[in-house]
Formats: sequence, structure tokens, C-alpha cells
Amino acid sequence: MPVFDNIPALLVVLPLIASAIVSLLPSARVAWILTFVVTLLCLFMAFELVDIVSNTSSFSYAFGGWEPPWGIVFVVDGANVYLVLLVAFISVVSTFYAYTILAAEIAVEDLPKAYSVWLLAIASLFGLSMTGDAFNLFVFLEISALSSITLIALGAGQDRRALLAAYNYLIIGAIGATFYVIGVGYLYAATGTLNLTDIVDRLNELGTNQAAITGLAFMLAGIMVKAGVFPVHIWLPAAYSFAPSAVSSLLAAVATKVAIYYFARLLFGIFADITLLVEFFLLYILMPVSIIGIFFGTIAAIYQTDLKRLFALSSIAQIGYITLAFSLNSNSGISAGFIHIINHALIKGSIFMAIGIFAFCIGKRATMTSMQGVGRQMPITFAGFVVAGLALVGMPLTAGFISKLYLFKALFETNNGILVAIIAFSSVLSVLYLWKIFEVMWLKEPTKPLKIEKEPIMAYLPVWMMVAVIVVFGVYSNDIVMSGIGAANALIGAN
Amino acid sequence: MSDLQVILCISLVIPLVSALGVLVFAKYPNIRDICGPIGGIISFIAAVKIASSIIQGDIVYISLWQIAPGISFSFNVTPLGAIFGLVASGLWILASIYTVGYMRGSGEKNQTRFAFYYAVAIHAAMAIAYSGNLLMLFIYYEILTFSTYPLVTHSQTEAAKNAGRLYMGILVSTSLLLFLPAVLWVWTISGTLDFRQGGILPSDFPVIYVPFLLAMFAFGIGKAALMPIHRWLPAAMVAPTPVSALLHAVAVVKAGVFSILTVTVYIFGIDFLNASGGAIWLAWVAAFTILASSIIAISKNDLKARLAYSTISQLSYIVLGASLATAAAVEGAALHIVMHATAKITLFFCAGAIYVNAHVKNISDLDGLGPKLPWVFIAFFLASLSIIGIPPMGGSWSKFLLMAGAVDAAMPAMLLVLAVSSLLNVYYLLEPVLRAFFKSAKKDIHVEKHVLTIIPPVITAAISLVLFFAVDWIMPLTNLMVVQ
Repeated sequence: MPVFDNIPALLVVLPLIASAIVSLLPSARVAWILTFVVTLLCLFMAFELVDIVSNTSSFSYAFGGWEPPWGIVFVVDGANVYLVLLVAFISVVSTFYAYTILAAEIAVEDLPKAYSVWLLAIASLFGLSMTGDAFNLFVFLEISALSSITLIALGAGQDRRALLAAYNYLIIGAIGATFYVIGVGYLYAATGTLNLTDIVDRLNELGTNQAAITGLAFMLAGIMVKAGVFPVHIWLPAAYSFAPSAVSSLLAAVATKVAIYYFARLLFGIFADITLLVEFFLLYILMPVSIIGIFFGTIAAIYQTDLKRLFALSSIAQIGYITLAFSLNSNSGISAGFIHIINHALIKGSIFMAIGIFAFCIGKRATMTSMQGVGRQMPITFAGFVVAGLALVGMPLTAGFISKLYLFKALFETNNGILVAIIAFSSVLSVLYLWKIFEVMWLKEPTKPLKIEKEPIMAYLPVWMMVAVIVVFGVYSNDIVMSGIGAANALIGAN
Repeated sequence: MSDLQVILCISLVIPLVSALGVLVFAKYPNIRDICGPIGGIISFIAAVKIASSIIQGDIVYISLWQIAPGISFSFNVTPLGAIFGLVASGLWILASIYTVGYMRGSGEKNQTRFAFYYAVAIHAAMAIAYSGNLLMLFIYYEILTFSTYPLVTHSQTEAAKNAGRLYMGILVSTSLLLFLPAVLWVWTISGTLDFRQGGILPSDFPVIYVPFLLAMFAFGIGKAALMPIHRWLPAAMVAPTPVSALLHAVAVVKAGVFSILTVTVYIFGIDFLNASGGAIWLAWVAAFTILASSIIAISKNDLKARLAYSTISQLSYIVLGASLATAAAVEGAALHIVMHATAKITLFFCAGAIYVNAHVKNISDLDGLGPKLPWVFIAFFLASLSIIGIPPMGGSWSKFLLMAGAVDAAMPAMLLVLAVSSLLNVYYLLEPVLRAFFKSAKKDIHVEKHVLTIIPPVITAAISLVLFFAVDWIMPLTNLMVVQ
């Protein structure tokens, strides 16, 4: 069917067009319905895409019939098809969740505009995960940054600090994007092309080329800012904690993941032939930085009292686990990284959603003091939150355990006992902050009687949808593992 | 599915069904409280059938789906697992009857929640017993920890919460820090985690790593309460006595030593372990734990605390047997799981019965209580004899085999450890009985009679006695553990 041939383009174009329409709609409810329908369609198309790629292994879409390397292409293969599916799934779930929670956090007359930017963000995430053109990626990066910043700034209705957080993200994100585009410039000067597949061929012909290496260094640095890798994560904690809850869940789940995917593609797909640089970078830069990031994020989270900020810090640690897996530079390491990209998106997305519901029901920010005894008053949300928390520390029968299983497998293959010990220790530390929250929410008595609203079903349903997926992936892990291994094979096989 | 597979499923699922029954009949206490004993009886019958099939040489195996390459969600009954399954399900029958008497007698709150988690914990223990590979064992090990947490903190007092924090802190952190990495290490080098006679480690596994890997298991399996990670067990004694009796004398701690024994027999293989000499240090750690905790037990005046330290000491008998890694020692260790379980559950039943009926917790207050609760103290006396290892009580067999194993392993020092330990046992276990029968009461204590708390210890004490003569029912299983 002709529609199916155009799925990669439609995944971006459909939310883009809808975004324009939604901004003109007068009613918040109609805007939400249109947004939700569009994300559902995207999910449907993403499943279709998985189907196509599982048959043909790679699917390339040339815009306007301009064949690569001249035109812009979208490439979908084993490495990013599940990422597209993830983005589509998270968009549906968090849009569903936004119905009550986003509506409660920002003014009604702003809602259609908010959904418009929301769709823009989703479109850019799809674009980022599929584009096969280095400069086109920069364009999507900018769309993604600007729409995310707008969404974060919407949190100002709740807490004025959202504006500062958005401003910080704007500045730091712009620096990151500049680094990236400078890198692309160097690369273009060296190779004369922007098409990623073409770049691989040209680099092969060139051999060692200083301009290309400089370009790669700039590009990696720029993408690391976007991915929230320690130590260039500084925009992330404030941005996640002051954004409206629905936005936090969308951004925390997929925005950084898309950048990490591209980071991996650069390292293992595009520049893998510049082995000297890549190996140096992985071993002497990425690995130490990941380990420090893991401990920084975890320890900072232990001392944090604001729940959203706490889990934003935990995200930095979790991103550290993903980049650590990549830094092992082995097939199983890359698989483990991709498995954790998906699992962590599901886990962190559901956690941010649950915190949003807590805050909504007590009418205050979720902190260690305001949350005392709330768990017992809101059992449905709290139960989902606990399962997601268990997944975060990697308890068996949750998706987090599968991530851990494969990360440790990759670590053991390096025969580096100290590394294994460090990571095992860090995972025990992460139990601490979750235990602290459990104690506050379940065991402590509230200081004064709580006025708690009923848990809205439209809000906890999406949390439980995610939690169900987390448990299914933990019990029946075959699909998720195959997606990770497929991604690693697609990247390594591509060069 | 074959008949045996159906029976295996029954023995695993029935505790969960019983847990659901507890929830469904929460409003009808009499129906709710019968769920446990009925579940216990059905599970036990299934466990007996499984054990007899294993003795006949059948394979009892069910594989549901694949978790990871080379690892499936499966249950595969080893001879050792069959023994542990018998112990857990059989003692559950009596413990659940006792629970009813205790909880009603002492008027505890939230009895439904208590009964629910109790049954879930038994499910986890049964699944540990019958687990098909090391990862399954780990998964249910964690589930057992989590399902017993609400039981430990049942009273919801500040003391209970602190104990719960220590309980979770030690058990979860050791398992994540050491146990899980050890499991994954084995998986990475062997490509499988199945339990096989003679072990699964590749033959080129460097001998110098053996002590490290063994240490990761021995200290990672915190439920075995090897010193210095034993602190959670005395802390867990804040729980109502039925928890201490079944879980912290039988299901949880035995799951710990069962795991260590399983690892030595089916992952390392006793021949490999013996030849490598990598377990000698563990024998010394176990010996230290045996003596040190016996000495601490003497200093405890609280009856349950004394029994807790006695448990720590006795658990290390089993760890000692595993680390000696000779046929007789391993058989003795497996037998000790049964013998110690029946004897120690009796002691805890008695401690709880004394508390519910006479409201006495401390040993110094037991004076003259014997004639008022004669059956309780006679049961206590018999169980003590079994733990000391005096014929004609079941415990004498396991101690005898452990001693024979120490001789085989050419570690005569361990004979001395076991002998000294027996003397210490005599001192700290017989003191309560002597006080109760031969000292005159200091003050008049009002004694009630809750029959359901008195019958179970008498039965378990009788079982301890019967096991001396009926050891031939279990020995075929222990023999299967060590045949080539």
C-alpha cells in the first residue's frame, strides 16, 4: 500500500501538520482529542514499521524522490526501529496522561497551544530517531530543543523557577547544538557530503583525516549535552523537575534516549573505522565519565528531598549505565545499552507520571515532607510507583532486571573484576534513595491530616499501562533482548 | 503435561491459591484460617509424591519460557530440593494451625494481611526448593525477602520498623552486591545456570578464583546468616512468633543454607571444590560462627533472642558441611536441614506458647512454670536433645554424619568445634527446662490454655523423635545428592 511506503515521512509530517491545526483550535478538549488520535496513528504506523523492517532489515525513505546522497533520507533499520516504536508508545501514553494532569497544571486558554508544541516535540523526536542526514539531524535537534524549552517553561504557572530552568536549557542546549553543527561543518569540509551512509564510504577512502576527527569530536560533545551525559548534564535536573509532570515524563522517557541512540550510531555505525579515536574516546573518556556520572547521580539522589529532582538525578546515573555499556565497545555491551534505553524509558516515564499524580492529589510539590503517609492514601498509584521503583534497582521479574542481567554479562566479558564490583556497589546505593521514599510514603504518618483528592483514573491508567509493560518485559524478556541484540548487530554490521 | 508435572505445579501453586483464599474469605475468620492448613496438607502430599518419584529415579521438570539464552523459567527438582520441599510444606501444616492459635490468643491485628503474606512466603520457599536453575533460585530468594518484610514489621511499632530496615538492608544489599554478580559470573563462564550433578563450572576455571566465587555466594546469600552478616536474624525476632517459627527457623534461613548447599553440590560440584581446596576458609568461618553465636546465645535472657543465636549457630553446621565438601559432610548437611528444622520450629512454638499462655518472654522468669505447661516444656526438652544431638532424637544422625565428613576431609579440628558446640548447646538449651521444672516459682503467674498453640509443638517434637528411627525415608534422597 502506498501509505505504508511513506510511513517514515508520515511519522514526522502528521504530528507537524496536526500541530499547526491544534494551535488554532478553540477548545482544550478538542485539541487533546486530535493530539491523542494523531499519537495513536503514529503508534499504529510504528508497529507497521517494525513489521516492515523485520522482513527487509532496512528501510530507506528518500524525500521528494531525491536519491541519496543528494537528497535527505530517513533510514530505519534494526538499530532505531524499536526506538521509533518506543517514542510512539510513550507519546500515546503520556498524551493520555496529559488529559488530567497537564490540564491541572497550566491555564485552560493555553492548553491548545501547549498541545501544539507537544506535537512539535513528538514530531522532532521521530525525526531525530530516523534521519540519515547529519545536517537534517541538527534541524530536528533545534526543533526538539525549542519545543522542549517551551514545554518546560509552561511549568511557570506552578513554580516560577521553571523559567530559569528553561532558560538554562536554552543556553546550554544552544551551546551543544553549536558544537554539533561545527562538527558537521568540519565533516562536510572533509568529505563533501552530509548523508551518513555516504560519510562512511568517504571516510574509508580518506583514511585518517584530521578534519574528520575534529568534526567527530565536536559532534560527540554536542550530542552528549543533549543526551544529558555527565558532566554536561547540568541543564537536566532543573528542567525535569520544574516542567509540568506530563512534560517531565515525556522528556525523561524519550528525549535524552533519542540523543543517546544517535550518539551510539555515530560511534559504532558512522565513525567505527576511525578505530584509534573511537577506542580512545570510549576507554579513556566515556568509561570514567560514565562511572563518575553513575555515582554522582546516585549519591546526589540520596540526599535530594524533592522527588522530581531526585529522579532527574537518578536519570543521570541511569544514562551513565547506558553509556558505560557502550564504552565496553563489545557486541554484548552495545546490546545491553540498547536494552536499557528502552527499559529505562518505560521505568522513568512511569515514575514521573506517578509523582505527577501524587502532586496533583495533594495539591503541592512532591517532597519528602509533603509525601509523608501519602502512599497509604493513594494505593493504586503508589503500587505502580513501587513496581517501577523495584524495576529501577533491577529486581527480578521486572524489565530493570533484564537490563542489569545483560549489563553484567557484558561487564563480566571484559574480565575486569574491579569494574564489576564498582557497578554492583552503585546498584546497591540506588536502593537507598528508593527505600527512603518508601519509608516516607508508606511508613511515616502525615504531620497533619491530608486533604487528598481521589486518584483520577485517566492519570493512573497510563501509569499502570507502562508498569504492565515493565513487568511483561521482565517476565518474558525475549522481545526486548532481541531488539537490543538486533540494534547492536545493525550498528556493527553497518560498517 | 505428565502427571508429575501437574503435581509439581500443584505443590507450587497451592500456597498462592491459599493466599488468595485468605483474601477472599477475609470477612469469615474461620474459613480464612482453614486455608493455610488445607493448603499445607495438599502441598505436602504433592511434595511427598515428588520426593518418592525422585527416589525412583524420575525427572520432575517443567519449563515454561525462556528468560535469557540458556536460562528458562523452569522448575527442576533436585534430590536436595525434594528434601527442602518436604520440610517447608510439611511444617507449614503445623505452623498454620499454630498461627491461628497464636494470633487469636494474643489478639493480633491485621490477621488477614498476616496470613496472606505468610502463604506467599511459603510459595517462595517452595519455588526456591524446586527451582530449575540458579537464576530462578535468585528470583525467588528476593521474593521471599520482600514477602517476609510485612511479616517482620507486622506490629508497625518503631522497633519493628527499625528491625525491618535492618532486615531489608542486609538481605537486599548482600544479594545485590554479591549474590547476583556471582550468579551472572557463573552464567558468563558456563553459559548455563542449570543444576547438574558434579557442577557446571568449566574445567579450566582458574582455581585461584574459587575462593572468591564461593565467598560471593556465602556472603551474598545473607539468609544463611553466616557471621558477620547475621544481624538481621535476631532483629527479625520482633515479628510474631509464628513468623520466627516457620520463617526464621525453617523457610527463610533454610532457604539460605539450601542455596549455599545447592551451589556447592550442583554448581561447583563437591569433587571440584574439594580438589581445589577453595572452601577451607569457609569451614573456618563457619566454625567461628558456630562457636561465637553459641556463646552469644548463652548471654541472652530473652528466650526468642537465645533461640535466634542458636539458629545462627546451627545454620553454620550446614555451611560447614557444604564447605567440607565430602560425601558424608554434604549428606549430613542436607539431613541437618530436616533435623534442625523440626527441632527448632518446636522450640519456637514452645517459646510462643509460653508467651501466649503465660505472657513470659525472659528465661529468668520461667522458674516453676513447668508443671503448669507440662506438654510445652516436655516438647522443648525433646527438641533441645535433638539439637544437641543425643539419641534417640533425629539430630544425632546429622551431627554424626557431619563429624564423619570432617574426618573424611582430614579436618579433625572441626570435630572439636562440633563437640564444643554440643556442650554449649546443652548449657543454653537445657537451662530453660531446668528452671521450669526444678526451680520454684518466684511469683504466681496466671496461665491460660490455648490448645492450638500447644498441640503443634508436641507433634513436631514427636516428629523429631520419629525421625531418628525413620531416617531411612530421607537417606535415599541424600544419597542421590552424592552418587556419580
